[in-house]
This record gives sequence, C-alpha cells and structure tokens, in this order.
Amino acid sequence: MPTNSQDVAHAGDPLLQPIPRRRLVEVLLGCGFVATAVAFVYPVVRYLVPPKTADLGGDSVVAGRVGELKPNSGKIFRFGSRPGLLIRTASGNYRAMSATCTHLSCTVQYREDLREVWCACHNGVYNLDGRNISGPPPRPLEAFDVQVRGEEIFVRRRREA
Amino acid sequence: MSPFRRVLNWLDERLEYDDLVALARKKTVPLHRLSYWYFLGGITLFLFVIQVLTGILLLLYYRPGAEAFESVQYIMTQVQFGWLIRSIHSWSANLMIFTAFAHMFSVLFLKAYRKPRELTWVSGVVLLFLVMGFGFSGYLLPWNTLAFFATKVGTEITGQVPVIGKPMMIFLRGGEEVTGATLTRFFGFHVAVLPGVATVLLSIHLLLVQRQGISVPPKLEMEWRANPAEKREMKFFPNFALRELMAWYTALGVLGALAAIFPWNLGVKADPFVPAPAGIKPEWYFLFMFQTLKLIPSKVWFIDGEVLGVLAFGLVGLLWLLLPFFESDEPAHMKQWITGFAVFALVYVTGMSVYGHLAK
Amino acid sequence: MAILRNKPRGFNTLRSLATLVFLLATASLSHGQTPNSCLDCHSVLPDPLGVSQEKFSQDIHAQKGLTCVSCHGGDPSSDDPDKSMSRKAGWKGAIDRKQIPQLCGSCHSDPAYMRQFNPSLRTDQLDQYHTSVHGRRLASGDPKVAVCTDCHSVHDLRAPSDPRSTVNPVNVANTCARCHADANYMKGYAIPTDQFARYNTSVHHEALAVRGDLSAPTCTTCHGNHGAAPPGVDKVQNVCSTCHVFQAQMYEKSSHLQAFQAASLPGCVVCHSNHGIRHPTDAMLGTGSEAVCMQCHTPGDACDQARAGLLGDLGQLDQAIKKADQVLAVAESSGMEVSEALLAQSQARDSLTKARVTIHSFRKDLVDQDVQAGLNIATKNLQSGQKAMAERNYRRVGLAISLIAIAIVLAGLRLYINKIES
Repeated sequence: MPTNSQDVAHAGDPLLQPIPRRRLVEVLLGCGFVATAVAFVYPVVRYLVPPKTADLGGDSVVAGRVGELKPNSGKIFRFGSRPGLLIRTASGNYRAMSATCTHLSCTVQYREDLREVWCACHNGVYNLDGRNISGPPPRPLEAFDVQVRGEEIFVRRRREA
Repeated sequence: MSPFRRVLNWLDERLEYDDLVALARKKTVPLHRLSYWYFLGGITLFLFVIQVLTGILLLLYYRPGAEAFESVQYIMTQVQFGWLIRSIHSWSANLMIFTAFAHMFSVLFLKAYRKPRELTWVSGVVLLFLVMGFGFSGYLLPWNTLAFFATKVGTEITGQVPVIGKPMMIFLRGGEEVTGATLTRFFGFHVAVLPGVATVLLSIHLLLVQRQGISVPPKLEMEWRANPAEKREMKFFPNFALRELMAWYTALGVLGALAAIFPWNLGVKADPFVPAPAGIKPEWYFLFMFQTLKLIPSKVWFIDGEVLGVLAFGLVGLLWLLLPFFESDEPAHMKQWITGFAVFALVYVTGMSVYGHLAK
Repeated sequence: MAILRNKPRGFNTLRSLATLVFLLATASLSHGQTPNSCLDCHSVLPDPLGVSQEKFSQDIHAQKGLTCVSCHGGDPSSDDPDKSMSRKAGWKGAIDRKQIPQLCGSCHSDPAYMRQFNPSLRTDQLDQYHTSVHGRRLASGDPKVAVCTDCHSVHDLRAPSDPRSTVNPVNVANTCARCHADANYMKGYAIPTDQFARYNTSVHHEALAVRGDLSAPTCTTCHGNHGAAPPGVDKVQNVCSTCHVFQAQMYEKSSHLQAFQAASLPGCVVCHSNHGIRHPTDAMLGTGSEAVCMQCHTPGDACDQARAGLLGDLGQLDQAIKKADQVLAVAESSGMEVSEALLAQSQARDSLTKARVTIHSFRKDLVDQDVQAGLNIATKNLQSGQKAMAERNYRRVGLAISLIAIAIVLAGLRLYINKIES
C-alpha cells in the first residue's frame, strides 16, 4: 500500500478548503451581477419576440367574415371600447352602426321581423341608416363605414372631410 | 497565460492603449463634505443610456402616424414585458430631467462652471435644453388627449415670440395646427435629431471633464493650494467607479419599482375636435414657466403679457448659458450676486413648480 | 286676473289728459311705424293695462302681423281714446274670461284661416277644451278654471317650441302649478295640490328639466293639454304603456292585472305612484320603508316568499356585477389591460335591467332566465379581472426578485469597496 503523501489529500490541501473568506465577496458580487443580468435580459428577450396577434385594433375593426351573416340578420361586434352592430340587409348589403342606444345607453339589436334596429329597454326604433324613427331615442346611432376586403368585413369610423 | 490576458494583449498590440489606461489610472475625484453631489452627472448619463436602450426597444413596435395610440396600447397590453419597457422609458425620462436639473444646480452652487470649465457649462446647459426638448417631443408620441393639448398649448406659447415666433411654431407643428404632421415631425426630432445632437454634445461634455478633471469648490481650492498636504482624493478606477455603480444599480431598482407599481397610463386617444379638458397643464418640468406665464397680467405697459413672459425666459436662458463669463477667474473673488441669483433661481423654480401643481 | 269693469267718475277726463301727456312723450318713439295708437298709450301705462312694445314684439301673433285690434277691436289710427276705443269701432275692451276660448277659437278652430299661417297646426283645440275639466267647469260658470291665456300667456305669447314659452315642455309643469299647486286658490276643489311638488321629485322631471330629454313626460303628456282631464283609474296603465311598453305587456299577462281591476286600483300607480315617480329600486321588493308588495300581501304567504325569491335573485346579480366591477377597477388602475371585460360588464348590466323589467310579469321563472344570463357574463368578467390581478401579482413578484438581486449586488459592491480600501 503506497503511503507517500502525494496521492492522498490531507488537511491544508487547497482542494479540500472551503471558499476562503477573501473570495466570498467576489463570489457574492458575481452571483449578484449574474442574477441582475438575467433579470434584465430575460424581459428584453421576451419583448423582442413578436406577439401572436399582430392586429392593432385601431380605427378599423374586423366585424365579421363573409358568409357569417345570413341576409336579414345582424350581429354585435366590438368596436374599440363600445359595441357595434353589423347588419346584413335582406338584399345582401352590409350596414354598421354604433349599438349604444342614444336614449339610455342600452345595447340595441337587429329585428328581422321589423327589418329595423330596435332597443329592448324602452322600445326605441332606428332605421337601417341609424336614424331614430320611433320611441324615446333623441338622436340617431352613429353610422360606420363598411368595407369588405377578401374574406373579412372591416368596419371603420366615418371620417368627416 | 489566462485567456483574458491573451485577449487584452491581442488588443494592445493593435490599439496601443497603454497611455489611455495610464490616464484612467491617474483619474481622481476630490474628496470633501460635498463630494456626494458628484454622482449626479453619472446618474444622468446612466439614465440617458437607459432611455436610448428602452427607446430602441420601443422603436421596434411603435408606429408614428394614425396608429400611434394603438401601437402604444399594443405595447402595453400585447407585447411581452412591453408594459415594463414603456413604463421604464417614461419614468426614466422624468427621473433624468430631475437629475439633470439637480446636476446643473449642484454645479452652480459648487461653482464648477468657472474658469477653465466654461465650455463644459455651456455644453451642459445646451444639453439641459435638449433634454427638455426630448421630454416635450416624446410626450406627444403616445397621441393621447393630455399630450395633444399640452403640445398645442406649448407650441402656441412658442408662437408668442416676436418676429420669429410664428415661423418657429409652424416649423415645430409641421403646419398651422397640431396634426398628424406634428406627430411625424416630433418623432423625427425625438429619435434622430435630438439624439444625434445630444450624443455629440455629450461626448464633448465628457471629454472636457476627462481633460480637466473634477472641479472643487473655490474655498477648498484655495485651502488646498495653500496646503497641498490637506488634499483628499479618491481614485476614480476602481473606487469612485464602484460607488457610482452602486448609485446606478439603486437607480435601476427605483425605476423597476416605479414601472411595476405605477405603470404609465395610456390615456384616451386624442381627438382634435373635442374641446380641451379644463385645467390642462404641461408636464411638471415645464410647470414653473407655465405658472409664471399665467401670473403675468395680460398687458404690461403696452406689451402683451405672454410675449413679455416668453421674452423674459428667453433672456434668462441666454444669461444662464453665458453665466461663466460673468464670473470671476479667481477663487478668492467669487461674485456674491451669482450665488444669490442661483439661490433665487432654485427657490423660484421649485416654488413655481409646486404652485403650478397645486393650482387649478 | 283683475278686470276693469266699473270705470270711476271723471275717468274720461283723466284719460284724455293722460293721453295728451303720454302722446307728447312717445311721439318720437313711434316715428316711422304703422299707426298703432293702442301701444302709444298702453306701452307706458302701468300693469294691468300695460303692454310694452318690447313685450309685444315677442308675441307670435304680433310677429305674424296681427295687432291689438285683431282681438280687442277698435280704431288704431286715432290717438283720441274716444275714437280709438269706441264701441262703434268694434272695441271690445278687456275680454271677459268666459269669452276667451271662443275668441281664440274664432281663428284657431278655422282650418281655412290657420292654413295661411301654419297649415300643420291643429285646429281642434277648442273642441278638446270643451271636453276637458277646465272647459266643462267654465261652461258651468266657474271663472277660476284655466282658459287659453292662463297657460299660453297673452301679449307675449310664444310658440311652444320656444324654450321661453309657458307651454314649452320644460315649462309646462310650472305653468300648471300656478294654480294646481296653490292651496289657497284650489280651496273648494276636491283635488290635492301636491302634484307639482311630487312631480319635481320624480325621475320624469329629472329627465325633462335636468337632462333636457324632451321625450320625458310632463303634466300634459299624461293628462292631455287642451282636453286636460285625468285618465281614469282603470286606464292609467294605458298611458304609462305608451313608453313603458314591456312593463305594460308583462303586467297585462300577469296575475296582478285582474287583481287590481277587481279592486278598482290603478295599474302602475299602486306601486310607482302617479306624480312622484321615483327611480325604482330593488328595495321596493323588500320589506322596508320602500316596500310595495307588502302593502297588500301578508307576511309569510306564498306571494311573500316569491317576493323574497325575486329580491334575492336581483340582489345576487347586482352583487356579482359589483364584485366584478371592483376587481376590474383595481386591475385597471394597476395598469392591467381589461377593456374587453369592462365592455362585457355593460352586457351584464343590460341583463340586470331586463330582469328588473321582467319583474312586472311577477313570474320567478322568467326573471331567473334574465338573471342567469347576467350571472354568466358577470362571472366570466370576474374571472378576467382575477386573471389580470394574478398577472399583476406576478409582476410584483418579478419585481421583488429583481430587487433582491439588485440588493445582493449593492451589498456585494459595498463589501468589495470596503475590502479594497482596508
């Protein structure tokens, strides 16, 4: 059995020593730098990856798809922070207007039997141009522009010249 | 030889940077009761770098023009950590303007602007104006109601300058009124023109500081001249630099906390046809000027009040720029009135800002 | 309503003297105008004989070209009161109250005449008036009731569309109240005088006078204007149903219709009052001071239980909406994006409104349908809000971790500085 001290570790050997006090500060600092670097780099890297939805919203909104609405029917869609009403008339054309009743802000709906826009709260009626024709509403519904591009129906606020 | 050493040697053979390193080793910072004020310049620089970095990141998603508001909304809500980048950018902007002002006032009170540092002061004051220009132009970019009307009022005031005011206003607005053209223009100023000019001036400013070293208050300078043994200094590398690094990390922590706990809000999309909301005010760093203008009577003698106000501030700005040239060269004979003027200015700016904030 | 009937002695002399004085004073004023000697004196006489030029110029009849003589007769070309105010010239003097409707009707009931001025104006006001309480009482000799001029004013009569007109919708209640709220004047009539005071507390008054919604009802909307009379106990709900269609439809199909008719109680009024119609609250279904059900029903019976069930349903939905609102508000103010959920909240609120209307069917199953729909939406929104709050907390945790990392760096830097400087 070899007993020379070269191959066997014993007290005083650098391999066995715990991290010396004088290096503790450096280690702490190093860990801190790495931790903060990760804390900074991680959000930036996530940021750089583009999100799934590239659509910004904006003034123009996709209210529906072609074929989604039967003639003489309507649907409510989201326009910014308010509801909008998309109507497909019996003749197949699209109309869009704000769906917030001008009387007391209930949400209006399209009535297939009346072929007009109707508010369930106090029986207000608007025609397909959004004009208030019966009941309490004092003002017309704001009408929007409709554009069909490909498969999608875009609704946009009317721009006054 | 360690790999690190090897890389350094490789670079040294090609760049011969020994003399630069020697210079860096020699760089010192005076140590005295008021040394803490020396951190402010570095913090301002650090915040500027933060602005550039977060600004570049924002550039990847921001769309100037008709979709400006929506793109900011997108950044805040859809982009991963977009809220963090944008909020840091907004908070850091405000912090930077604050530290820039603090840095300027500390230089003023420590009298560091006197010979031989006049050019450092001049470049610094111009940088301060640029920083406020950054704030003014950047504020419009989210295109919300507050920003729109603040820009309208601010550019309106510019138009009050006699003779050149109107052309200046049209130049700033890109037309007679604040429109999408204004947004495009401000965007150009904010991301190209101002950064370019600021970088050049900043380089000059920093170079001058490196060449001339850090200034010491006049009384102390006289003492140390008389008694060189009393001079206290700290090596810049690594001692002061490490302390500066601590200040920077603290600033970073503060920014992160502000961004996470008080994220910057979106506001309401600007609508030029809606009347201005009551009590519209500019951002806090313009409040002292705004409040002053509000207090000036509408007609002073035969001059229109607002014109007088604008001209007065222009004059004060010019004097500010040229301040070192009024000061004495000798530390023993510092002009008292400049100190008095500095105190008055600090009290005025602070007081008027508070007043403007509290007023309706 | 003083009427100069008995002229005291010496009046004629006084009149001539006054005329002369006033003529001299006002000669220059009437320079260039068509001769209207009436106004020359009467524009400077004190009330009740006074009609200032300014006042009369606001009058719609004056604007259409009618003058004093159109109603009062007389000769406007002469300044001599004996000539201008002579019976021979057709002068009628102040018109007797009982004659006023007839006088006004002499033009306003003549379609051929009115066509010249405003072909779309109705011409049946006088006929309607004769059927009204005012008209019938006037015919039976009561001079205190309203005639045309009491409501429409006279000499400064404005079109009803003019906001300053006494019969403009926003002013109608005030006009009616001039008599109907005057307890002294109404002594002797068997009707209350608190309608105006009550109406002013109502939601209709708020809509009309405060919000400016001209579609809101005032006195004449329910009682009629020229044919003013109360609708009649069994017909009240017809009046309310012109606007409140759904409530009326549901009520008519409900158990309460027959019950109230059998008890000769007016439909809507029993619970909602007639003049002081307040904004309905869920407390009306309760047992407190605002409770309406318990005015008739016995505590503990089947109806009381149903009532409690209805109240519970509405309360549940209301609470769910409020809870979601709260969470969403905190999330939004913390900078989280919750606009989709906030928008959907309005749909939940619509459901609650609908449920409250469905109460009038007095059927719990129908109300439950609406309440359930609303609850589904409110619950979804609450979840969105909670998700946003979770994201917010995640951010704060992330911040805390970063701050700890920064603190470590700061501590490390401090120690390192100390080390290299010791």
